[in-house]
Amino acid sequence: MNEIRGTIIEILQDLHEDVDFENETRLIDDKILDSFDIVTLISELSNEFDVTIPADKIIPENFNSADALTKMITELEDE
Amino acid sequence: MQTNVLEYLEQTLPRVPDKVAFADDNTQLTFAQVSQNARAVGSALHADGLSGEPVVVFMEKSPAAINAFFGVIYAGCYYVPLDVEMPAFRIEMILEQLHPRAVICDAVTQPQLQNFGYTGKSYLFDEIVKTPVDDAALAQIRAKQLDIDPIYIVFTSGSTGVPKGILACHRSVIDYIENLSETLGFNSETVFGNQTPLYFDACLKELYPTLKFGATTWLVPKQCFSFPIQLVEYLNAHRINTICWVVSALTMISATGTFRTVRPETLHTVAFGSEVFPVKQFRMWREVLPEAKFTNLYGPTEATGMSCYYHVEREFGDTEAIPIGRPFRNTGIILLDENNKEAAFGEPGEICIRGTCLTMGYFGQPEKTAEVFTQNPLQTRFPELIYRTGDIAHYNADGDLVFVSRKDYQIKHMGHRIELGEIEINCGLFDGVEAVGCIYDKQKGKIVLFYTGPAEKAALASYLKQRLPRYMQPNRIRQIDAMPHTPNGKLDRKALTALYETE
Repeated sequence: MNEIRGTIIEILQDLHEDVDFENETRLIDDKILDSFDIVTLISELSNEFDVTIPADKIIPENFNSADALTKMITELEDE
Repeated sequence: MQTNVLEYLEQTLPRVPDKVAFADDNTQLTFAQVSQNARAVGSALHADGLSGEPVVVFMEKSPAAINAFFGVIYAGCYYVPLDVEMPAFRIEMILEQLHPRAVICDAVTQPQLQNFGYTGKSYLFDEIVKTPVDDAALAQIRAKQLDIDPIYIVFTSGSTGVPKGILACHRSVIDYIENLSETLGFNSETVFGNQTPLYFDACLKELYPTLKFGATTWLVPKQCFSFPIQLVEYLNAHRINTICWVVSALTMISATGTFRTVRPETLHTVAFGSEVFPVKQFRMWREVLPEAKFTNLYGPTEATGMSCYYHVEREFGDTEAIPIGRPFRNTGIILLDENNKEAAFGEPGEICIRGTCLTMGYFGQPEKTAEVFTQNPLQTRFPELIYRTGDIAHYNADGDLVFVSRKDYQIKHMGHRIELGEIEINCGLFDGVEAVGCIYDKQKGKIVLFYTGPAEKAALASYLKQRLPRYMQPNRIRQIDAMPHTPNGKLDRKALTALYETE
């Protein structure tokens, strides 16, 4: 879980070097991540964790924080 | 003969005064309202002595912002849409080029104006639409307007670090709208779902055909483009049947398996462009919408909107590129080789465009304009301009144009046109940065920035956010010890690419 979270933070950090992804919980609501980022994130997460993120998981709640992303990826890996 | 884009609105108005023209989640404007508001704005600007000059529209993307554009044209001026999310530094740079005497704002943007050192007059859209319409004055303005008068300036990335303002006139826009509408089959039943921002020429595709046909344009909320199911549900909820989107917006839907959950129900016309549409993704769209018309569009802003089209009607192999096709009616394409001669059939050449579609060039930059708007070298006996796009293409066996590459370091990233040089120059200005080199990973769609010097990565990233628009931000920043150079001292981008690939 921690390992997954660490990798996700790295991927996020590459998108925005200047955002505190450890603590930020309103990535979508505060428009920190935009559609460019989401598209990039989906492709990078899919490659990195070898999962398919289905459209019904691509909803604001799952992208608001590193924790939410970690939870989503963990669940997808378990499937 | 039509000589003014506003004639579209004036001819449509009596037919469908109460139909919705432009709408988003908050506002719906009917043709009657659009006309009333535009004439009021025109009357207000005219009363303040504005004429034949740029008027900045600095408003959130909304039906009101579009309405402001038409108001500016009524006043005999030309509109300059500015993105509200653009960094202050860039806005200042644009205002310095324009020296506008008037800016139209909304309640959110008006207080921001003081940040840019703007001292001219600002108008609140919601206030000036209350101005009584002075039809006599508007008629006088119209009587003096020519179809070669400008109607807008849009700013695009410049390789020297300064954005370039591209100026287009009535005649070019009318030529474009007539031919685009014929090619894509727009009519009064068309319901557009707009994706592209209002501060580029891409939105011409929706704005003016809506006026011409009495159609309707919905401005799709930006957030929908992050969440594919929401996006398709939005299309269905508003019965949107026509979209002209960047490829990445379309592939985001198909690649995530959205069609297993929800399908577009009313969509019948899909135009795309600016980027390669991966054939695998394209097939998913074709499968879900077998009856729809899919069209690839190509064109530089300098030639007003789009210049070429290709209706995708046959099967394509996985690695085959969808052609950019043929020019619109009344647009001419010449492929020139390095010796300024016409390239032999099948051989690569620079796409050069001729026709009424040619814009008026770069605002206040005659030298830049003369570099790319040049005399047609194939015909030297009378003045005739062509626009040199810098895009290399060749003809395939069917006689369709196929895009090959760029001549320079301009890239297309998520549908946006960017000069890598502009990113490099801005990065080089940051304290602690010594040398800079930028490359584009086309495969993954990433802008990769390399720099040397003691500067902190995070500080550099946040500096760039203050200088460059969102779409120009590097996707990867790498600090290296030394910048590779070619034997003759130029930045060695190939070496940077190799460095990036071995990561």
